[in-house]
Amino acid sequence: MNKWEMCRENPHFHHLIRSSDPPHPHINGSFRGYLFVCGILHIFTSYYVVLIMAQLKIIVLMKQVPDPNVEVEIDEKTGVIKREKVEAVVNPLDLHALEEALRIKEKYGAHITVISMGPPMAEAVLREAIALGADRAILLSDRALAGSDTLATSYALSKAIEKVGEYDLILCGLKATDGETGQVGPEISSFLGIPVLTYISKLELKDSRTIVAERIVEGGYQIVEASLPAIVTVVREINEPRLPTLRGKIKAKSAEIETWTVADIGVDPRNVGLEGSPTRVVKVYSAKIARRGRIVGGEDPEKAVDELIKFLMERGLI
Amino acid sequence: MSEHVGVLTVSEFRDGSLQPVSFELLNVGRKLADKLGAKLMTVLIGYKVKEHAMELIYRGADEVYVLDDKRFKDFIAETYANAIVHVIKNVKPEIVVASATTTGRTVMPKVAAMLRTGLTADCTSLDIDPEDKMLVQIRPAIGGNVMATIKTPRHRPQMATLRPKIYREAERDTSRSGKIIEVKPPEHIFETRVKVLGFRRDLSQEIDIEKADIVVAGGKGLKKKENFDLIFELAKVLGGAVGASRAAVDHGWIPYSHQIGLSGKTVSPRLYIAVGISGAIQHLAGMKTSETVVAINNDPDAPIFKVCDFGIVGDLFEILPILMEKLKRLKEGKA
Repeated sequence: MNKWEMCRENPHFHHLIRSSDPPHPHINGSFRGYLFVCGILHIFTSYYVVLIMAQLKIIVLMKQVPDPNVEVEIDEKTGVIKREKVEAVVNPLDLHALEEALRIKEKYGAHITVISMGPPMAEAVLREAIALGADRAILLSDRALAGSDTLATSYALSKAIEKVGEYDLILCGLKATDGETGQVGPEISSFLGIPVLTYISKLELKDSRTIVAERIVEGGYQIVEASLPAIVTVVREINEPRLPTLRGKIKAKSAEIETWTVADIGVDPRNVGLEGSPTRVVKVYSAKIARRGRIVGGEDPEKAVDELIKFLMERGLI
Repeated sequence: MSEHVGVLTVSEFRDGSLQPVSFELLNVGRKLADKLGAKLMTVLIGYKVKEHAMELIYRGADEVYVLDDKRFKDFIAETYANAIVHVIKNVKPEIVVASATTTGRTVMPKVAAMLRTGLTADCTSLDIDPEDKMLVQIRPAIGGNVMATIKTPRHRPQMATLRPKIYREAERDTSRSGKIIEVKPPEHIFETRVKVLGFRRDLSQEIDIEKADIVVAGGKGLKKKENFDLIFELAKVLGGAVGASRAAVDHGWIPYSHQIGLSGKTVSPRLYIAVGISGAIQHLAGMKTSETVVAINNDPDAPIFKVCDFGIVGDLFEILPILMEKLKRLKEGKA
C-alpha cells in the first residue's frame, strides 16, 4: 500500500503527503483540494513532529583513501612508496556513516548531502555515494588545499558545511585509514560550535531534535544524548553498509557533482594547505624493526615443531 | 610564542581512580620538561578527584591543576575541552600531551581547534630537538608503512596525543613535593547540549589482550573464519589471549577488540606468536615490544620473519595441529 492508498483508507495519513510529492494519477482535482485542507487541519496536531522529521538535513563527510587492503611497499633507504599504483577507494568507515544516513532517510525521510575534500579524482567517492542513495554531492577541490593537516582540513570542511547552510546532523567515519588521526570530526565540532559524539556504535533519533547514541569506549559503552545539530563519528559496529543497486549506479553516472574551490567557500588560501597547517612533517622514514631470529623450514613439520618447542623451553616460556 | 613555558599533561581519571596512562604521560612529560629546563604540570578533571592530586606529584608533576566538579563526573567532550582550554589559556604551556585513549582522541582535537594550533595524533615517541628545542613528534603514517617526524614550528602550544602502553609508568617517589592548584571552573564551561545517560559495561572487551603474558595472533593466512578456531585452541593450550591482524578483522573473522597494530591495540607480552601474519608495519607497530616473537608463515619473504626470534617457514595447517598435540602431551607429562 503506498501513501496515497493509505490516505484513501484513513484520512489520518494525509499528513504524509508533501507538496513535493507528485499528484496521484487517479485522484481528481477536488479530492486533492480536500487533501490539502486535511493537511492544514493536521498541521497543528502531533503529526507535526513527523512533518519536521521529513525535512531532516544530513551531511556526510567522505574521504578517498588508498586501498587499505593493499600493502604498500616502501623503499627502506628513502622511505618512498615503491608501488604508487594503489587503487583509491572510499574510506571504509565513511561508508558506515553514509549507511547510517540512508537508514535515517528510509525511516524518517531526510535529505543527504555528501561532501568530499580531495583531488578531482575524489569525484569517484561522490558518485559512489549517489549510487547508494545520497541526494547531493559536493567536491571540495583546490590546489590550495593540498598538504592540509587536520586543522586546515577541518577548517575548510567547516566552511563548506556553512555554505551548504542548514543541517541537523553531520556524519563521518571515526577516522580515515590513511591518516589514522580521527581528529577531523572533533575539530569540525569546535569550528562549528556544535556537539561531537565520537566512537558511535549505535544511533537513534529520540525525536526530531534529539539523538541518543552509544560510544564504544574503554571497558564498555557510554550512552549519550545530544540535541541537534551535532556531528557524529561512527565505528564499523554501527551497521553493515549496503551495496549500490544497478539503478543507483546508472543514476550516479549522470549525476551532477558540484565542485567548490576555496574561493567558493570564502576561505583565504593562506589559512589552508601547507601554509595554513600548524604541523609539519619534517622527516619520513621506513619503520624498520630489527630482530633477526632463527628461521627454520617447514618441509618437515615434525622437526620444525620440535625445534620450536625446544626454543620455547630454553626461554622458559612453556 | 616565547611566553609559553613548561609541559602540561592531561591526566585521566575514571571509575574512581587515576588511569595508568596518566603516569605514562608524566614519565614522558618529565623527560621533555627536564630537557627544556622547564616545569611539568598536569591537569586533573573529574568529580572527587582532589584527593588524587598528590599521587600525580609523586609521579613527577611539579604542579597539578585540579578541576573538581560534579558536572565533570562523566566525560563530555565539550565540557572537558572547555576546561582544558581554560587551564591552557591561564598557564600557557609550551607543550601539551594527552593519551591517545578514546577520551584523549576526542577532547584534544576539540582543544586544538579552539586554540587554532596543531595536534599530532597517536604518537609513538616524543622528544625535544636539541637544536631548536621544539617538540619532536613521531608517529606511524601511510597506514603504518612509514614513520613520520612532525613538528609544530609556529603555533603554541605544541600538542600531541601519545599512544598508551609505549612508555612505562613514571616511578612513584613519595619524597617529591609540588603545588596543587584548585581551579574553580567558570560556569560557561558547563554549557553543553550533551547529556550522559549511562554506561554499559562490556565484559568481552575486558578480556584484556593488552595485559596478557602470551598472545597468539592470526592473520590473512588462516583463509577463513572457521580456521580461526586453530588460533583459539593454541591460545587455550598455552594459556594466552587471542589477537588478530587488521586483515583478519576486516574479513570479519574476529571482532575488532582483538585487533593488534596501529589501528588496534598495542601489546607487549612475554611471548607473541604470529600465525599467518605477514607483518605489515601497521601490525608490527602494535607488537614490536613483545619479549619473544615466534612467526609461522608460508611466505619466506614475509616481513614478520625479519622481526621474529624464531620463525617457521611452512604451512600453518600442518604445523599448528602438530604443535598443539606436542604441547598437550608436554603439559600432561608435567602434570
